[in-house]
Amino acid sequence: MIEVSVTVNGRAYEEAVAPRLLLSDFLRHTLGLTGTHVGCEHGVCGSCTVIVDDRSVRSCLMLAAQVDGAEVRTVEGLADGDELHPLQAAFRRNHALQCGFCTPGILMASVDFLERSDSPGRRQIAEMLSGHLCRCTGYEPIVESIHAVALQEGQSP
Amino acid sequence: MKPPVVDYLCPETVAEAVDLLGEHADGAKVLAGGQSLMPLLNMRFAYPTVLIDINRLEETAAIEPGDEVVVIGATVRQGDADQSRTVHAMVPLLAQALPHIGHFVTRNRGTIGGSVVHADPRGEVPLVMVTLGGRATVVSTSGTRTIEADDLFLSHYTTSIADDELLLDTIWPAPGGLWGYAFREFSQRHGDYALGMVACALRREDGVAKQATVAVGAVAGHPVVLDEVGAALVGEPIDERAAAEAGRLAAAAVDPSSDLHASARYRRHLVGLLTESALLAAWADTEREEA
Amino acid sequence: MSWVGKPLERIEDETLLRGRGRFIDDLNPVPGAYHAAVVRSPYAAAHLTSIDASAALASPGVLAVVTGQQVAELTKPFHAVIDTPVAFRAAAVEEVRYAGEPVAVVVARDRYLAEDAAEMVAVEYEPAAPVLTPLDAVAAGAIVSDRSFVYGDPLGKLEEADLVVTESFTFPRWTGTPVEGFGVIADWSAADDALTVWTNFQGPFTLYMAAAAALGLPRSKLRLITPPDSGGSFGIKAAVYTYVVLMGAVSRHLGVPVRWIEDRLEHLAASAASTERVTEVTAGFTNDGKLISLGYDVVEDVGAYLRAPEPATLYRMHGSLSGAYTVQDVSARNRVVLTNRCPTGLNRGFGGPQLYFALEGTMAIAAARLGIDPVDLAHRNLVAAGEFPYTTPTGAIYDSGDYAVCLDDALATVGYAEHRRRQAAARADGRLVGIGIACVVEPSVSNMGYISLAETAQERSGGLPKSGNTEGATISMSPGGGVVVQISTTPQGQGHRTVVSQVVADQLGLEPGDIEVVSVLDTHVNAWSIASGNYSSRFSAMGVAAVQQAAEELTAAIKQIAAHELECAVLDVELRDGKAAVVGQQDAAVSLRRIAGKAHWNPEALPDGVAPGLRFTSFVSAPGLEPAASDDTIASSAVHGFVADVAVVEVDRETGAVTVLDYATTHDAGTLLNPRLVEGQVRGGFAHGAGVALMERLAYDEDGNLITASFMDYLCMTASEVPPLRSSHIETPSPFTALGAKGLGEGNTMSAPVTIANAVRDALGIERLELPLTPSRVWELIEPLS
Ligand code: FES
Ligand code: FES
Repeated sequence: MIEVSVTVNGRAYEEAVAPRLLLSDFLRHTLGLTGTHVGCEHGVCGSCTVIVDDRSVRSCLMLAAQVDGAEVRTVEGLADGDELHPLQAAFRRNHALQCGFCTPGILMASVDFLERSDSPGRRQIAEMLSGHLCRCTGYEPIVESIHAVALQEGQSP
Repeated sequence: MKPPVVDYLCPETVAEAVDLLGEHADGAKVLAGGQSLMPLLNMRFAYPTVLIDINRLEETAAIEPGDEVVVIGATVRQGDADQSRTVHAMVPLLAQALPHIGHFVTRNRGTIGGSVVHADPRGEVPLVMVTLGGRATVVSTSGTRTIEADDLFLSHYTTSIADDELLLDTIWPAPGGLWGYAFREFSQRHGDYALGMVACALRREDGVAKQATVAVGAVAGHPVVLDEVGAALVGEPIDERAAAEAGRLAAAAVDPSSDLHASARYRRHLVGLLTESALLAAWADTEREEA
Repeated sequence: MSWVGKPLERIEDETLLRGRGRFIDDLNPVPGAYHAAVVRSPYAAAHLTSIDASAALASPGVLAVVTGQQVAELTKPFHAVIDTPVAFRAAAVEEVRYAGEPVAVVVARDRYLAEDAAEMVAVEYEPAAPVLTPLDAVAAGAIVSDRSFVYGDPLGKLEEADLVVTESFTFPRWTGTPVEGFGVIADWSAADDALTVWTNFQGPFTLYMAAAAALGLPRSKLRLITPPDSGGSFGIKAAVYTYVVLMGAVSRHLGVPVRWIEDRLEHLAASAASTERVTEVTAGFTNDGKLISLGYDVVEDVGAYLRAPEPATLYRMHGSLSGAYTVQDVSARNRVVLTNRCPTGLNRGFGGPQLYFALEGTMAIAAARLGIDPVDLAHRNLVAAGEFPYTTPTGAIYDSGDYAVCLDDALATVGYAEHRRRQAAARADGRLVGIGIACVVEPSVSNMGYISLAETAQERSGGLPKSGNTEGATISMSPGGGVVVQISTTPQGQGHRTVVSQVVADQLGLEPGDIEVVSVLDTHVNAWSIASGNYSSRFSAMGVAAVQQAAEELTAAIKQIAAHELECAVLDVELRDGKAAVVGQQDAAVSLRRIAGKAHWNPEALPDGVAPGLRFTSFVSAPGLEPAASDDTIASSAVHGFVADVAVVEVDRETGAVTVLDYATTHDAGTLLNPRLVEGQVRGGFAHGAGVALMERLAYDEDGNLITASFMDYLCMTASEVPPLRSSHIETPSPFTALGAKGLGEGNTMSAPVTIANAVRDALGIERLELPLTPSRVWELIEPLS
C-alpha cells in the first residue's frame, strides 16, 4: 500500500492505496466523490476529467498514488455554495446536459480551458470538446454554453 | 478494465530513476504522461511488474534553447510544448504538429518523451523527429548515449532504447538559413490518429530548394523519410507542378495496408495529396521567412 | 394551462451539474456486495469443452467462479418470440455463438481482483467457422423466421409501372452506445426466495417479465429498482435484462450480493446493437412520379440469438412500410437470420433507420431516373392533409399531420431553391455538391402486439392476444400539502421529471418547483405495466397521459373537499396559486395545505365520497392499438409524427470527405410540451443519425471479433464533427393523446442517415452507397469517375 495525502476540493485526505488503484476509482469509491464519472477507462470519453494541480487530466489514466501532495478539483467543488459556477449556470440555461453523465468531465475540462485561453471562438471550443463524448445533446448547446461564458469573461475586467 | 497488479516507484531524480530501471529492467515500464501506457494497462495489453513514475523528475521538465537546437526534456507536456515560444520560434514544424496530438486534456498530461518512446507509427512527434533529424539522449547505469532519429524508431511501438535506458531529452535541430516547414495530416475526427500524415522541411537558396526532406507516417511500422522524393526536389523551385510530381513519387514510394478505417489504395493516395499540399505550404513558409 | 408548452429549465439539472446525480455505480444499496467480472468467449463460434477455475479460485480475494453450467442449473433459457433451434441462456453452457458471450462469472472482493482471476479461468474451446453476414446466414440456412406479407396487388401494379427501381440497401450494425454502460447489483434473499436487483434498465417491462421467467421467479419474487439517474441509453439498456438474470443467478448460487458494472470493452462487444439489414426494394412508378407498387425483401441479422424483443426491429415499423406516401399496394418478405455476432436489440430509431434508408433511398433514385426533382416526387406521393386519420395499407392509423407543409417548411428553412442554384454553380466549377431530402413518418407508442406478426395468423390464434400500450402513474399529496408524483417511464436523460412537473403544476394551480417527481422505478412500489419504460418515444404521449389522469383524480378530490369547506358547488372551485378558490370570488379560498391537512388529520370531516389519504394511481392505455388482424394488418404504433429533412453536402474530390454544409429538419410532433427539451431530443437524435451516416459502425474481422472494440475505433461523433443543424416545428396536435403530443426523439435518427446518403447520391450521381460514408469509401466511389 502507498500512503497518499491529497487535497480534494480544499479538503485534505490521507489514504493508503494499492499501487494500481486508478485515480478515478480513488475519487469515486475511496473518497465517495461520485460526481467524477467513468465511461471508457481508456482516455477517450472524457467523463472522468478532473483538475490536478491546475491542469485538467483524465483520472482514469492516472494512479491514485500519483496525486500524493497534489491539489485536485472535481465537479463537487465547482459551485460556490448556493451559487453555481458560471459554466454550470450556462449549461442549465442552454440545456447542455440531458443524462448528465458526460457533464462533470466536460465542466472540469472547460474550467481549465477557459482559465488558460484567450477569448476562444466556437471552433476552438469545439476542438477542445473533441476530447469528450456526449451521446445525448449533439454538442451544440455545450459549445454555446462555453462560448457564452468565454464572452462574459472577455467582458469582465 | 482495471490495471493488473503492479508495483509503483516514484523516483525524485534521474540518478534514482536510472538505478531503479537498472534494478528492474526486465519488468519495468517507465510511466510518463500515461496517455498511451495507462490505456494499455487498463485493457490488460501490458503487464509490467513495476511502474517507474518519472513525473516528479525536475531534470527532464525543461525546454532549453541552444545553439541551433532546442532540447526538450522527456517529461515536458505536449500542451506546454505547444504553448512554448521557444518551440514555436525555433522548431516550427513541431509546433505545427503538436495540436494534432490527441486532445486538450490529454496534451495536458501526455509528454513529448512519452510520444517518442511509445513509437506509435501514427505518432506526430516521431514523424517530426525523423523529418528534422532529431536526436534522443538516453541514460542508463552504464552511461549516456545519443540516438539519431533514424536509428530510433524500429517498428510498431518499438524503439532502439534499451529496457534499462531512460529517455532524458530529445534534441531538435533549429538550423539557420531560409527554411520552410509544413505538417499535414488527415483524420476522420479531430484528434484521431491520422489516416495519413506528411511532414516536410525545405531549405531555399537562390529561388530553389537546396535541401528537402519529406517524411510520412501512418503507412508503415515507423515514420519513413522518402529520400528519393527529397532528392528529386533539390535544385528546383517548388511550384505546383513540382509539388504534384513529388506527390506522385511519394505515393509510389509507400506501401500501406488496408484496415478498418481506410483502404491501402486510399492511404497511398492520401500520401500523395498530403505531400503535395505540405510541399507548397513549406515553400510558402520559406517565402515568409524571407519577407 | 400555463406551464405546459413553456421552454422551462430542467428540475433535473442542478443535481447533475453539482455531481450529485445518483447513477448505478454510485449506489451502495446493500452492504458487502461482491464484485463480478465476466469471463467471455474469445471465439465467435466454438464448442466449449472444459472450464478449469482452480487457478482463479486461488487468486487473492476471490470468492467463487460460477460457470455457465451452474447458472443454467438455476435458470431457464430465455423465452423467444419465435422458437429457434438454439437456446439462449444468460451464460453459455456448451456452445458459444459470439465473441464476448459470457461463459463464467468471477466474484471477488473488488473489480480489480475479479479481473485478475477472470484472466486465470482456463476455458477450452473447439472453434468452429462463424457465420458473419446476413447473406451468409441465408446461405447457411440460419433463417429463424420467414414471413411474407401482401397488401393489395403490388405485382399487378408493377406491370402498370413505367419505371421499376430494384435496388439493394444494406444498413450497417451500429449502436447508440451511451457513455454510461450497464450496471446490476443483485441481492438474493434465501429467507424469502426472492431477488432484489438494482439496475439501469430502461424497459420495456416485457423484458422484466422475460428476466423473471428465466430466473424461475414469475410471481413477484423479482424486485427490480432503477437508480435515480441513468447515463443515457438510446434503447441499448433494454438489453441489461439478461445480466439481471446472470447476476441474479450468481447471487442466488453464492448467497451473497453481487455487483457488476460493465466496462466499455464489454459494452461494445457484448451489450446490444442495431440489426444489420439487407433490403431489396422493388418499386414501381408512373412516368409522372406516382409510386404505385412497393415491395421489400428483407434479411435481418439479429445476431447470435433471437433475444427478446427481437425480431421487433423488423416489425416496429410494419404499419409504416409505405412511409409518408399514399401507395396502396405493398409487399414484404421478412427473413430473420442468426449470425455469430452480438445479439441485437433496441437502438434509437429502432427499425426506422433501416426502413427509410431503403424507402427514401429508392425515392431519390427514382427521382433521378425520372428526371423529377425529389421534392416534386415527394409532393406527388405524400398523404394529404385532408386524409387524416389515414389508414395505411399495412394497418397503421396516422393520426394527424400536414406533410406537405412540413416539407415546404424544411425547404424554406434551408433555402432549397437558392441551394439548387449554388449547386449548379459549384458543379460548373467541378465541385461535388449534392442535396438530399427525406420524408419520414415517426411512429411513437408501440403496440405491444406488433411483434406477434412474426408468427402467422394461425400461429397467433393459439396464444393470448396482445395489444395496446399501457402506462401508470401515482400522485399523492402529503399531510403538509406537498405533491409527489411517481412515474414509470424510466428516463435516461430526457427530462421526464421536468415535463411532469409542468403538467401537474397546470392541473393543481401550482408552480413546477412545488412538484416532486420521482423517476425511480421500483416494481414493488410503482404503478407500472408491461409496456412501461422509456422506448418508442412513448413518454410525451403515455407517460404524460397517466400523470394527467392521476392528477385529474387528485384535483377532483381536492375540489370536493374545498367545495365542502367553502360551501359551494364543486364546479365552482378552481385551483390557482396554491389555493382552491371559488371562481370569480377573491376571498373565498382555502389553501391546498389546509385541504391536505384535512384529508390526513381529520378524515371524519371529509365530504361523502372522498377517501382519506389523497393518493391516486391511474393507468391509461393508448387508443386504437388492436392486436394484429387476421389479414396481417397492424396498428403498430398509436401516434405518428412527421419529419422532413434536407441536407446539402459537399464531397471533397481529393480526400473523399463528406462535409454537411447545411441541414434543416422540420418536425410535426403535435403539441410541444417543453420546446427546450424538444430541441434537445432533435439534436441528440440527429447526432446519432449523422453518426451512422458518416462514421459509426460495428465492424468484425473474418473470425467474428469486433474490431471497433474500443472508443479509439468505434467512432462517435464529437463536437468538431457534428454537422450544423437548423430545426423548426409545425404543430398539428394528435387527436389520440392527452395533450396532443407525439414522440419525437427518434425521428432524426431515422431520417439523417438517408438524407445525408441521398445528398451524396446527388453529389456523385451514384445510386448504391454503403454506410457509413467514410472518406476512404467515398473516395473509392469517385476515383473511377475521375
Ligand atoms: S473514463 Fe476516462 S476518458 Fe473515459
Ligand atoms: S448528457 Fe448524456 S452523455 Fe452528455
